[in-house]
Amino acid sequence: MTFKNRTYWLFLLPTLLALLIVLILPFFQGVYYSFTAYNGFQVSEFVGFQNYINLLSDSQFLYSLRFTAGFSIASVIGINVIGLAFAILVTQKLGKVSTLFRTIYFMPNLIGGIILGFIWQFIFLKAFTGIADFTGLDFFRGWLSDTQTGFWGLVILFVWQMSGYIMVIYISFLNNVPKELLEAATIDGANKWQSFWRVKFPLIIPAFTVSLFLTLSNAFKVYDQNMALTAGGPFGSTEMTTMNIYDTAFKIQDMGYAQSKAIVFLIIITLISVIQLYITRKKETEL
Amino acid sequence: MRNQERMHKYMMVFIGAVVSLLWIYPFYLVFVNSIKTKAGIFESTLSLPSEPTLENYPTAFGELDFALTFLNSVIITGGSIFLIVMFTSMAAYALSRRPSKTSTVIYFLFAICMLIPFQSIMIPLVSIFGAVDMLNRTGLSIMYLGLGSSLAVFLYVGAMKGIPKALDEAAIIDGCNRFQVYWHIILPMLKSTTVTVIVLNAIWFWNDYLLPSIVINKEGMYTIPLRTFYFFGEYSTQWHLALAALVIAMIPIIVLYMFLQKYIIDGISDGAVK
Repeated sequence: MTFKNRTYWLFLLPTLLALLIVLILPFFQGVYYSFTAYNGFQVSEFVGFQNYINLLSDSQFLYSLRFTAGFSIASVIGINVIGLAFAILVTQKLGKVSTLFRTIYFMPNLIGGIILGFIWQFIFLKAFTGIADFTGLDFFRGWLSDTQTGFWGLVILFVWQMSGYIMVIYISFLNNVPKELLEAATIDGANKWQSFWRVKFPLIIPAFTVSLFLTLSNAFKVYDQNMALTAGGPFGSTEMTTMNIYDTAFKIQDMGYAQSKAIVFLIIITLISVIQLYITRKKETEL
Repeated sequence: MRNQERMHKYMMVFIGAVVSLLWIYPFYLVFVNSIKTKAGIFESTLSLPSEPTLENYPTAFGELDFALTFLNSVIITGGSIFLIVMFTSMAAYALSRRPSKTSTVIYFLFAICMLIPFQSIMIPLVSIFGAVDMLNRTGLSIMYLGLGSSLAVFLYVGAMKGIPKALDEAAIIDGCNRFQVYWHIILPMLKSTTVTVIVLNAIWFWNDYLLPSIVINKEGMYTIPLRTFYFFGEYSTQWHLALAALVIAMIPIIVLYMFLQKYIIDGISDGAVK
């Protein structure tokens, strides 16, 4: 009893059509635009690789790539360490408080990047000054006013937002570790520390694949938080690649050039994801 | 030994509680300062308000035009969710029930599209939708359907593998057509996947700023993140109003979270792991 041809395509049509006009067509058109001078209304000329050649000497764009890479590395480490720690904490048999902890740690993840960015703008600008006045520590002064505090401000915001999300993933893997294995380990005289590193840890390696993949690509694509917390300032020194692309496209209206940046961005993200999946999958099978 | 275990437990609860307080402290600070006067915030951001006031709220509520803004968010999120649940489950049903080269190719197409970051299609998307005069709420919902389709199709195809085809066949012998089988038999069996699809996409659509900011240009159609952004630009020197606005903007989702906490967290975890 197979699907009739007509019904098959009718069922697929709406989604396939949306995929076509929202992703596939724009993708090819985007590749085309990247080889042109395009102002958003018309393509004035075909410029070949000129946009890509210009990229190589665009110091602000190259800077934004380095800044984004640094931000991503710091965030991925922070998010995964804290997320795993949270997951371990709430999977200890603590009773009802476990659920409460889980609910609280996850909460920032529900709120949009724009609102989170503004919340932390308040904290860094006003509350930190309050803490500095109260404690006399200069460490809390002048946050977001230079590149370094802007960088760490973004990292703190993003780690705070994403750790709870990654925690949820680690929890589901930790809960899937068979109880018999842990009991056997205890009977054989393993202490808590040993049974974690020797039994649980190898079994949750697949969780790292998922988590690293998610955090890395999310960190690279951050825009809203950047926009609301620092808006790229001071003087473009905390501008991430996504914001650089956006500004080139919609503020300077140099859309062909912006599109060439977007294609480079796509290639970088794809490469990172593929390499990262390849390495972690290999680690998974080795263990 | 038992004593040691109890110590261990208390230790963990203590650490967990301290971190919890730290984690909600930003929310607490925003709330506490939103019930201070402008002078009160200037005096101190860390202390409790000397004379708590709710007077920032009506002003912020009015400036956000919150009733309308909230409604816009509900319409856009709700409409997009409806499209995505209906159409991707239908597509997944067709793909999973007719294994063929065509189905494999289409499935692969969905997989590949997952790798495309939004920024790399953003510019052509605006020109394509602009050319047919679709830079509006309907256009936005169609964009969300396209952008969210890959993950939703994956989740539905995965779930449908667990439903035996014999069920479809029996229903068809009894006189159902394909759509009736899908609507009355298959879709009701996929409730937990549907919850996952709704949760993942609703959080995304509700909070999204970048896409609506380039698609929606009429002030009367602004969603909560858009309106919050413009409000903040105007009032960032008036923290008492800005903070009240942030609290108002967060209330709907926090309330929903309190009631649907379990579904939300389960949905997130299913979506990431499968």
